[in-house]
Amino acid sequence: MSAQTSTFRFSSPRDRRRLISGLLFISPWILGFLVFRVYPFLASLYYSFTFYPVLRSPRWLGLDNYINLFDDPRFLTSLWNSSYYALGAVPLGTLFGILLAMLLNMRVRGLSTFRTIFFLPSITPTVAAAIVWLWMFNPRSGVVNYLLSFAGIQGPAWLGDPQWAKAALILMSVWSVGNAVVIYLAALQDVPRELLEASSLDGASALRKIWHITLPMISPVILFNVIVGLIAAFQLFTQVHVMTDGRGSPADSTLMMSIYLYQSAFEFFKMGYASALAWILFLIIVIFTMVLFRVSGRYVYYGGR
Amino acid sequence: MTTSASTPPSAPRAAGHLRWSVGIGKYLALALFSLFFLIPLVWMISTSLKNAEELPLYPPIWIPDPIRWDNYVTAFREGSLGGYLWNTVVVTVPSVIGAVLSNAVIAYGFARIQWPGRDYVFAVVLATMILPDFVTFIPLYLIFRDLGWLNTYAPLILPIFLGSPFFIFLLRQFLMGLPAELTDAAHVDGASEILIFLRIIIPLATPALAVVALFQFIGSWNDYFGPLIYLSDNEKYTISLGIANMESAYGFSNFAWIMAATCISILPIILLFFFAQRTFIEGIALTGLKG
Repeated sequence: MSAQTSTFRFSSPRDRRRLISGLLFISPWILGFLVFRVYPFLASLYYSFTFYPVLRSPRWLGLDNYINLFDDPRFLTSLWNSSYYALGAVPLGTLFGILLAMLLNMRVRGLSTFRTIFFLPSITPTVAAAIVWLWMFNPRSGVVNYLLSFAGIQGPAWLGDPQWAKAALILMSVWSVGNAVVIYLAALQDVPRELLEASSLDGASALRKIWHITLPMISPVILFNVIVGLIAAFQLFTQVHVMTDGRGSPADSTLMMSIYLYQSAFEFFKMGYASALAWILFLIIVIFTMVLFRVSGRYVYYGGR
Repeated sequence: MTTSASTPPSAPRAAGHLRWSVGIGKYLALALFSLFFLIPLVWMISTSLKNAEELPLYPPIWIPDPIRWDNYVTAFREGSLGGYLWNTVVVTVPSVIGAVLSNAVIAYGFARIQWPGRDYVFAVVLATMILPDFVTFIPLYLIFRDLGWLNTYAPLILPIFLGSPFFIFLLRQFLMGLPAELTDAAHVDGASEILIFLRIIIPLATPALAVVALFQFIGSWNDYFGPLIYLSDNEKYTISLGIANMESAYGFSNFAWIMAATCISILPIILLFFFAQRTFIEGIALTGLKG
């Protein structure tokens, strides 16, 4: 991205010609941007200030929806559930993602086989995964508790127990960590070998090398994955919708913000209320992303760039 | 790849021993993790071949006896799996075509033509990446309702023909990497941008376009939320929605053939993965590294 290309200069006819052909090439995006992004974005902001039972036209309410949301115990529950899930699944996924990528990066025989095994679950359709895990979490005949019994652990009722249902979802999220593993592995393979060799000669231990060289070198990729992971975690929908028949059961313990949003819009037909919920979800994502960028500024190492 | 030289030279006697046990530990860990990732898939296949009576047994049975292949027939007969599969193809194929066409054209406009203000507009493309679908779906739903497109595939397919920020970004990175000399001569000869795009850039961009095609295929094939809000007739359901519907409609005692249906729904993705493994892995690595 050179600087002079971005300054506006319409002086030469050549520039004008380029502008026209450039805009022509991106015109599908411009249309999609206006129709499928800008308009819905602004419309949902507008709806969030209205009373809008879907079959009638919206009526202005001011801030009422937002005020009511924070008096709504189900909304507060969903806020708690989504945050709980995100703050459980994202760190765990990051940890396992890096750990598995590091394992694969240690001269491993059969690297591509292991990589395939780790990766396949992440392209498995979410609905298929949800049905299988639903079955595996069955407290009586499920595989999860069967395997735990080998360790002498009497497993909980998982998705049948409000105390454990979110833990079940978090455990399941680790299963699809393969996408991140592939990204981390590619990043690890880009860490300059000379750096690691030099520090070995200086007598650095493996842990010190990981902490002082490997992790800083891949930190931009970690940041990227954490942000993408958080955005996805706050929008967790499909698994919960399939595994709880759209209810967020038991006892609203898996009622995520997205599930409540869907219920408000398509079961209670409160489009205004649902839009306000959507905007809070959006603000949470924006705030988290900004905080992450701000906090990470001190830790993330951007090489020569 | 030098991580196995993890022993400091100050401890030469222990080095051989340590290296050996690191090696064992490494494969032990890999094997354990592999089990974690494989068990659900194995369990899915195993369950799909069971008798109804074998389903609730504890301890669970891994190899059913007899093996009930006919569950796969039942999935098609009872669960209208064939219809769901066909519907999914009807949605996925145009979506893949739309994604490749539109994003290639758009990315070309952002990567290979230097127009004033381009980089500012591209920053807007990037900014839209963090806009969650949950913010926009209610107005979108209402637009499609007013157009009379509910319960059709149009809302699932048409928006894809107008590009997606993620694919634009991915292709732009790739096209920017192609040297300028490739097209300089053509420009001097007065060739039009469209000609250069079609004759020079497209053939060179095939690997990146393959990544877009793959990701879009998986995205459309696996999509649940879109079909859930836009489709209301069971006969129009795509595979993900159809299978979720089977699960809630038939439940426990029919789980064996529902699992057979689930296996079939995954099969195209698995096959695609094994045919295009390199494209996959490189594509995903690309998405992360250039971020």
